[in-house]
Amino acid sequence: MRADLEIIADWIQPEARVLDMGCGDGELLDFLSQQKQVDGLGLEIDHDNITHCIARGVNVIEKNLDEGLASIDDSSFDSVVMTQALQVMHRPDLIVEEMLRIGNEGIVTFPNFAHWRARFYLAFRGKMPVSKFLSYSWYDTPNIHFCTFKDFEALCIERNIRIIERTVVDNEHRQRWWHKLWPNMMGEIAIYRITR
Amino acid sequence: MPASLPTDSVGIVTPELIHFAEPLSLASGRVLPEYDLMVETYGQLNADCSNAVLICHALSGHHHAAGYHSESDKYPGWWDSAIGPGKPIDTNRFFVVSLNNLGGCHGSTGPTSIDPNTGKPYGPDFPFVTVRDWVNSQVRLADHFGIQRWAAIVGGSLGGMQAMQWSIDFPERLGHALIIASSPKLTAQNIAFNEVARQAISKDPQFHEGRYYDHETLPKTGLSLARMIGHITYLSDDGMAEKFGREMRTGELSFDLNTQFQVESYLRYQGEKFSTAFDANTYLLMTKALDYFDPASEYGDDLSKALSQASCKFLVVSFTTDWRFSPERSREITDALVAANKDVSYAEIDSDHGHDAFLIDSPRYMAVFRAYMNRVANELNLGVTHES
Repeated sequence: MRADLEIIADWIQPEARVLDMGCGDGELLDFLSQQKQVDGLGLEIDHDNITHCIARGVNVIEKNLDEGLASIDDSSFDSVVMTQALQVMHRPDLIVEEMLRIGNEGIVTFPNFAHWRARFYLAFRGKMPVSKFLSYSWYDTPNIHFCTFKDFEALCIERNIRIIERTVVDNEHRQRWWHKLWPNMMGEIAIYRITR
Repeated sequence: MPASLPTDSVGIVTPELIHFAEPLSLASGRVLPEYDLMVETYGQLNADCSNAVLICHALSGHHHAAGYHSESDKYPGWWDSAIGPGKPIDTNRFFVVSLNNLGGCHGSTGPTSIDPNTGKPYGPDFPFVTVRDWVNSQVRLADHFGIQRWAAIVGGSLGGMQAMQWSIDFPERLGHALIIASSPKLTAQNIAFNEVARQAISKDPQFHEGRYYDHETLPKTGLSLARMIGHITYLSDDGMAEKFGREMRTGELSFDLNTQFQVESYLRYQGEKFSTAFDANTYLLMTKALDYFDPASEYGDDLSKALSQASCKFLVVSFTTDWRFSPERSREITDALVAANKDVSYAEIDSDHGHDAFLIDSPRYMAVFRAYMNRVANELNLGVTHES
């Protein structure tokens, strides 16, 4: 079991209505429906992922998130989740706003571009960081809007978004003491729980 | 039929005419005192009658959805790509019921049937029927087979409208609705195409106000034109360009009205073939049923309110180049279902085939279709009921 799924599950009420934006193959919603009996819906653009979701009984709607979510009513979900997709959006700020319009709470995870390995890579090699976890080159990466924990938190303050909880983990979703000590340097992935 | 039967075919099938003696009240206020439905079934109904799938046909469809009627049949039923052993609607697991709707011209009671009151064909006196009327007649068909609840109701285009109407009117009687290349109502443009088709038929001198049977003739020109118009709207611009381009039958321009481009000859052939195979009064009636369909109209034009009656789960599928029943229409259905907090999945399939894509086997369409029907079967713990 992916550790981040368990962390997210802890933040979701049983039988909640949950929207997963960029739900991939439906693993999180499947897990949440089994563990928390949530009423889940996924939005996804990848064809194979959509078929996987349908096959495992996860409700999924083919949707390009960059085209907007105007068709979804205000406050129609208890929680809106977006795991590892913020950085591929054309306008991450608008997506976060939409999450909190559609849902009462948002849960966002994204990779930290200020992790010490990324900093060292850029500082000493003078090239955009490429790692096992972020394996794309600068020209073909879908990750067009990297940010750091500090950047994200600054955005939240600017938009009057309240951070309820934050958990910082490594790329295998383990929590270590050093993540708490110096999160923006040591943490690879952050999981934020936000609301208005 | 191919030299040997494909292993994933339901094989040779025989239609069955089922008589319903109880009167059926129609939306128009008229009553059909009795009627017949022409039906085909594939696979076997299980002991608790939980594995039944209803197939609803589109404008010019009928009961013959899969398999062959005889060894000399050149082509299988109209949805053979989707129905058969191992196919998305797997007849090893599901019992499939496919019918010719009321008003049709393939054996079910319709304009070509004899009106018991006059002893002559109904012709234009056959009542106009609606999607809801069809659903009501299909409910009796379910009762006939002892099917209390369909595992799924599946339909493309006008067939998808029937699945939608079922979900609203008889929520307890289906587990899943598969609404493919359909629409919650026709747009003005769509009604306009239907009206041109109807005008082509009714202005044909051989139409005789719909009493062409009495005159021992057929409005072939009109029905052929209607089909040609329809056919154009079922294809896409890209699809036609790919299939015909500007290819000519002869090398040079002849400066007359003979068919020169391949597309002209194709359309004429399709129109002529249809004009003797289909009944003009049925065509008129079916296009009207399309035009009238608008379930939201009874709920203050709020589709989501209409669909909030439903308790089944939904799969909605559209095709990118379908402009007759465009992806926007399917997204309207999907959005309304999300707003009504229903279980819904939606896929938009890339295809060059326009509206016709729902009848054509393409890898992603079939994968989505199969995955969904597997889910239906798994929810019901359906094993294999028979090996073909």
